Amino acid sequence: MLRQREGSAAVALAVARCRPQVVCAYPISPQTHIVEEVSRLVAAGELTCEFLTMDSETSAMSGVIGASAVGVRSWTATASQGLLHMSEAVHNAAGLGLPIVMTVANRAIGAPINIWNDHSDSMSQRDAGWVHLHAASNQEAVDLHLQAFRLAESLSVPVMVCMDGFVLTHATEPVDVPEQGVVDAFLPPFVPRQRLDPEAPVSIGAMVGPEAFTEVRYLGDRQLRRALEEVPRVADELARHLGRHSAGLVQPYRTDDADVVLVGLGSVMGTVRDVVDTERDAGRRAGALTVTTYRPFPAAAVAGAVPPGARVLVIERSLAPGSSGPVTADVREALVGRDAALHTVVAGLGGRPVTSRALAELLARERSGLLDGTTFLDLRSDVVAHEVGRPA
Amino acid sequence: MSTHLGMPLMYYQVGSFAVGNRLVDPDLRSEQARPDRAASLTKGHRACRGCGEALGARYVLDTAMRATGGRMVTVNATGCLEVFSTPFPETSWRVAWLHSLFGNAPAVASGAAAGLRALGTDVRVVAQGGDGGTVDIGLGCLSGMFERDDDVLYVCYDNGGYMNTGVQRSGATPPAARTTTTQPVGHSYGHAFGQGKDAPRIALAHEIPYVATATVADLRDLEAKVERAMSLRGARYLHVLVPCPLGWGTAPHETVRIARLATESGFFPVFEGERGRVTTVRRIRHRVPVEEYLRPQGRYAHLFTPHRREDVLGRLQQIADANVERYGLAAPAAAISTAGGGPDGHGEVP
Ligand SMILES: Cc1ncc(C[n+]2csc(CCOP(=O)(O)OP(=O)(O)O)c2C)c(N)n1
Ligand code: SF4
Ligand SMILES: [Mg+2]
Repeated sequence: MLRQREGSAAVALAVARCRPQVVCAYPISPQTHIVEEVSRLVAAGELTCEFLTMDSETSAMSGVIGASAVGVRSWTATASQGLLHMSEAVHNAAGLGLPIVMTVANRAIGAPINIWNDHSDSMSQRDAGWVHLHAASNQEAVDLHLQAFRLAESLSVPVMVCMDGFVLTHATEPVDVPEQGVVDAFLPPFVPRQRLDPEAPVSIGAMVGPEAFTEVRYLGDRQLRRALEEVPRVADELARHLGRHSAGLVQPYRTDDADVVLVGLGSVMGTVRDVVDTERDAGRRAGALTVTTYRPFPAAAVAGAVPPGARVLVIERSLAPGSSGPVTADVREALVGRDAALHTVVAGLGGRPVTSRALAELLARERSGLLDGTTFLDLRSDVVAHEVGRPA
Repeated sequence: MSTHLGMPLMYYQVGSFAVGNRLVDPDLRSEQARPDRAASLTKGHRACRGCGEALGARYVLDTAMRATGGRMVTVNATGCLEVFSTPFPETSWRVAWLHSLFGNAPAVASGAAAGLRALGTDVRVVAQGGDGGTVDIGLGCLSGMFERDDDVLYVCYDNGGYMNTGVQRSGATPPAARTTTTQPVGHSYGHAFGQGKDAPRIALAHEIPYVATATVADLRDLEAKVERAMSLRGARYLHVLVPCPLGWGTAPHETVRIARLATESGFFPVFEGERGRVTTVRRIRHRVPVEEYLRPQGRYAHLFTPHRREDVLGRLQQIADANVERYGLAAPAAAISTAGGGPDGHGEVP
């Protein structure tokens, strides 16, 4: 049932309905409302679970590692500096093959400190070995959490659900949080593949040398890539339970006959779709491609959704300094062999709004062949010129 | 106390609670005297000869296994104990064992305890790490585990340095010790005075149910403390001094003797505390000058050759004296018998 909810409250309720048995929490904006609401649900008796307030994000991730290792469903949430703080444990969770689910309320990384939204935080953990799911709306954020627990537990890999900080977490809009019965039917109780158990003692986390390390990594990568088959299956199944669409690997929008496609992740894609509609109204063949599953990267789905010959603009919500943007590299690889132009558009860093006006201007410049390989959307050239012009 | 043969027990004549002591009632013998012990850390591991940490861990875990009826899991920080026990694809652990990272064992243990509580099982959690993993990189989450009073026994094996990475100085390295990052070069006498963390007292300040120190010199005492710890619920901390032949420059067969000298000199105080208060201390039987503890150790060799560093030795003796004073370690004459302070030298703190 659709109800006006804050994104954070909707996600907290969705998480609660997934019945995590251990939650480890440590606060950071813009994740705070989510864990606050989960703690309230626990206090109110609406969720039965062990709720641990930890001393840091490293401890929060470590706590869910311990809980997951003894075989219980575990969840945590963080953002930005918090995700970086726990980075070592983030990698560890994947290496240990623990099906932890974590919500990331995407936020920029300092210095300079900035609490607003971009994707620098989750991108910094791109190669940690987690599944990365990116919500484009609060409805998707809710649905993806349900999928995340299924995925994590069927594959024994950890899953990160990324939702844009403030833009989604603090936005109130009509959201359907599936009823408990629906969630229970979709998400069976967790049956761990392996766990710390005195009845059948195993050593988990042994030291591995050069003779087997490559194989361990190879197998981990292989397992992660299985998500490319599992995500559509799980998304379809959830859609059947919900009687409506649920996001999977990618979501093409008016791409079929497009000659220019804007590719991106997260909530900005709502604006991009509006711009596509306006372009279409003006008779121009624009399309949008939302990448929902960012890791493993759905290269085949991306290649299939971008018509041959279509120019591509990748909207990057984070910067790869000294290179361009992380998504560009993936899209380029997916489209290798095509000679159509591919541009990087770095947009919305540290919470700067990505407006439809700016995107329309961008498309106009692209049509006129005025676009550089990498463009910073709405870059304030006066500020840059002033700084660059200062004596060293 | 008497033996099962009804004879009065003279501990100091029969060699106390030695593993093979058949005079002692079976229930009073070491867990290691039992053929059905868990052998939690079994053969095949790669510890150096005479490794105090390997010795301590075996006694700690086997006792904890006995106390829990085998219903426990362990969490291990990165360090010698982890590296020497699990060279893939082998393992020396016969207990359920998890290694995650260097600095997060207490937090992993907290999560495991929470998970086990959620499952409604009676399975307990024992976490263990070296001094570096405990007093330095893991101190924050250890403190978190304490203040939440999570049901975890955390055991720190203190060998006074980062041994696994090549004997660097840690927050538990004693003053004047040579490590690879506190080298006695020129006028330097090794590690500085006035630094370091007193982890047992830090633990005590959290007012958790149980804090104790022990050494591998008195393994029965170590076992008794593990038993006591496992009889309690909530956060418990055990700090065990474990000589490291490689890092300390001691002979492998001297491990137990060196540990004994650490306590007999007063340099390492052995005590128990509950809820913030010291409850019992292990009184010193034959007090020795701290020099006797230092002399056999290569890490203090620079205090004796080429010149005797009287000044430094004096300051180290002061540390031992201060411990004796603070904990009341000086044994009253009466305590050196089966009467008085108890058969094993324990004394209640008034
Ligand atoms: C985050 C991190 N920093 C540093 C290391 C390197 N490291 C591994 S073990 C170790 C020393 C362990 O010292 P301690 O905890 O005292 O255990 P010991 O080996 O002395 O028993 C260090 C520094 C690491 N593995 N992880
Ligand atoms: S270096 Fe020290 S602590 Fe490590 S295995 Fe050798 S003796 Fe044990
Ligand atoms: Mg050490």
